[in-house]
Amino acid sequence: MGGLTRGYFIQRLLMFFLTIWIGVSLTFAIPRLSGSDPTTAMLLTMMNARGYVENADKIIAAYKESFGLNDPIGIQYIRYLWNVIHFDYGFSFAKFPAAAWSLVTPALPWTLGLLTVASVLSFIFGVTVGSLMGWRKTPRWLNNILPVSLTFTSIPYFMFGILLISIVAFKLHWLPATGGYSRDVNPGWNAPFIKDVLAHAIMPLISIVITSMGGWALGMRGLMIGVNNEDYFLLAQAKGLSPARVFFRYGIRNAILPALTAFALGIGSLIGGSILVEYIFAYPGTGYTLYRAIQEQDYTVIQTITNLIIIITATGVLILDLLYPLIDPRITYKKSVAS
Amino acid sequence: MASDQKVLELNDLNVHYFTPRGAVIAVNHVNLYVKKGEIVGLVGESGCGKTTVAMSTLQMVSAPGRIVGGEIKIEGQNIVNLPEKELRKLRWSKLALIPQGAMNSLNPVTKIKEQMADGITAHEKISGAALRDKVLKLLNDVGLPERVYNMFPHELSGGMKQRVCIAMAVALNPAVIIADEPTSALDVIVQRVVAQTLLDVKNRLGVSMIMIGHDMGLLAQMVDRVAVMYAGNLVEVGPVGSIFEHPYHPYTQLLIDAIPSTKQKKPLKVTEGLTHDLRNPPPGCCFQFRCPFVRDACRQKPPEFKQMEPDHFVACVQYN
Ligand SMILES: Nc1ncnc2c1ncn2[C@@H]1O[C@H](COP(=O)(O)OP(=O)(O)O)[C@@H](O)[C@H]1O
Ligand code: SF4
Ligand SMILES: [Mg+2]
Repeated sequence: MGGLTRGYFIQRLLMFFLTIWIGVSLTFAIPRLSGSDPTTAMLLTMMNARGYVENADKIIAAYKESFGLNDPIGIQYIRYLWNVIHFDYGFSFAKFPAAAWSLVTPALPWTLGLLTVASVLSFIFGVTVGSLMGWRKTPRWLNNILPVSLTFTSIPYFMFGILLISIVAFKLHWLPATGGYSRDVNPGWNAPFIKDVLAHAIMPLISIVITSMGGWALGMRGLMIGVNNEDYFLLAQAKGLSPARVFFRYGIRNAILPALTAFALGIGSLIGGSILVEYIFAYPGTGYTLYRAIQEQDYTVIQTITNLIIIITATGVLILDLLYPLIDPRITYKKSVAS
Repeated sequence: MASDQKVLELNDLNVHYFTPRGAVIAVNHVNLYVKKGEIVGLVGESGCGKTTVAMSTLQMVSAPGRIVGGEIKIEGQNIVNLPEKELRKLRWSKLALIPQGAMNSLNPVTKIKEQMADGITAHEKISGAALRDKVLKLLNDVGLPERVYNMFPHELSGGMKQRVCIAMAVALNPAVIIADEPTSALDVIVQRVVAQTLLDVKNRLGVSMIMIGHDMGLLAQMVDRVAVMYAGNLVEVGPVGSIFEHPYHPYTQLLIDAIPSTKQKKPLKVTEGLTHDLRNPPPGCCFQFRCPFVRDACRQKPPEFKQMEPDHFVACVQYN
């Protein structure tokens, strides 16, 4: 055992930076390998919009110059890395004078807020339902109704979202249909705005939670069934412990370990957002921003969001690595991963 | 040492596993008792139903198994069909288990002290220093150092884990301990140590035990009486000395013959054969397909138990 050693910490930290470096380099290389030229693409959009553009090749050259695309690739790479460290991704291709980063930041709180809450709720509900389904001692009546909570898993979540909008918003007028907040409230820390934001978040939240908890539940059910057959689980029952103690201390406590790993690995995808949910609810989050950027071939914005995903995933894994020995004593704070 | 008081009685116990392809008759009309302070060895090859006997005694047969008939009496009280809540009180305080899998019977994520303590506090009002002292004394009783108290299972060797299990089993001084192959998963030297620990504890506390095993040789050194099981049936029961002197049942003879000896080189005359499908037992004697002495009468009806010597019974047509 022993506490967190410096060797372990440094090793994990190096892994953290290495992961980010590799990922960030890939987002640099992939667009350049794809062969399509963003500046030409921009001009094409312009042409479509206005019909005709004078001096098209001059504009392309000027664009290339201002985006630094004429420099040798090595210089471009170094400059790119330098900029990544400073969260400076240059201008947006599609909305030119605007900085790419400035297009992403306003969307971040919406997505992070919605998806963090949704993911945590989905995990908690899913794990609870799955553990109960996998436990032999779950009362029969409960075991009969639990699977009902998973019926929506088989419906694609955008279908579920559309269903919610049409019933709850349009038919019943209980909740606003789309957007992050209404036009008639003042953004800021005031009660009407907060209430409005919450009202707008309910339906996207529910559609994500209801449709994604099934995955956790089914996984957890399998893990729990496995633990049911472990000798230590039988012995706990033979000891005459209360069912609650057997369920939590011996059951969930062991079965949840792989699920926690999966959860930590999924943290990065929070930024990618639930693109379809954000799209259907016209929610002003990063998922929607990413969707628009891909449509507009806005490479710098795509890079910004992709790099954020990479950094946050790496952070999630780092935190898991640092916490894991605390939740699973078989993993020790040794320099390399113990068996 | 053994008094005449029966602390555990299995009367005509029948346990079936209801699989989709038919009922597996894992325990068939088994009668067995354990007297106070006595160790009864239950021996038989793998798959003959030993673990099923152990688990049904605790009313913990794994699904799809069910006790379909018979009584299990602990200190005179029949516990078959007792409500779950009553059973929970009874488990560990009256009936403790040393499970089969030595390597895996402790919760990998909690400390030894917690796992030892929770079995005690589930049945007794004790906490703080008193609880700590009790756990430490139990560890000491099975020859484990004090530091084990704060360790996790993966930090212990197989033998140490099994001794923790023994310490846990004796914690509440139960009427009967069922030890399911307590040493099978260990290597030979460690087997001796664990067996010795069990004997020490038994002698000191005078607990009664069912000791399950498949190794006649090892079992012979520890038990007072032996019950031989084959394909869900008991075929011979008797005091250990009497059984080794006069094994009446052909299967018992086979088991004793199989004990390796350094004094004489025995040809390995193993009539290894497969047990019949437990879903389809033949009429008559359960051992008929492997018995060298099989005759027509064996295929008619199951042989009855007959007393050959004091306390020594056998079920074989040859003696009926
Ligand atoms: N859960 C189960 N489902 C079906 N059959 C089982 C189950 N558990 C045990 N059995 C069968 O019951 C018989 C007795 O098993 P068991 O009591 O484990 O034997 P032993 O402990 O002597 O090796 C075996 O034939 C086994 O195949
Ligand atoms: S009854 Fe017959 S088959 Fe069975 S053990 Fe005796 S001799 Fe063998
Ligand atoms: Mg067994």
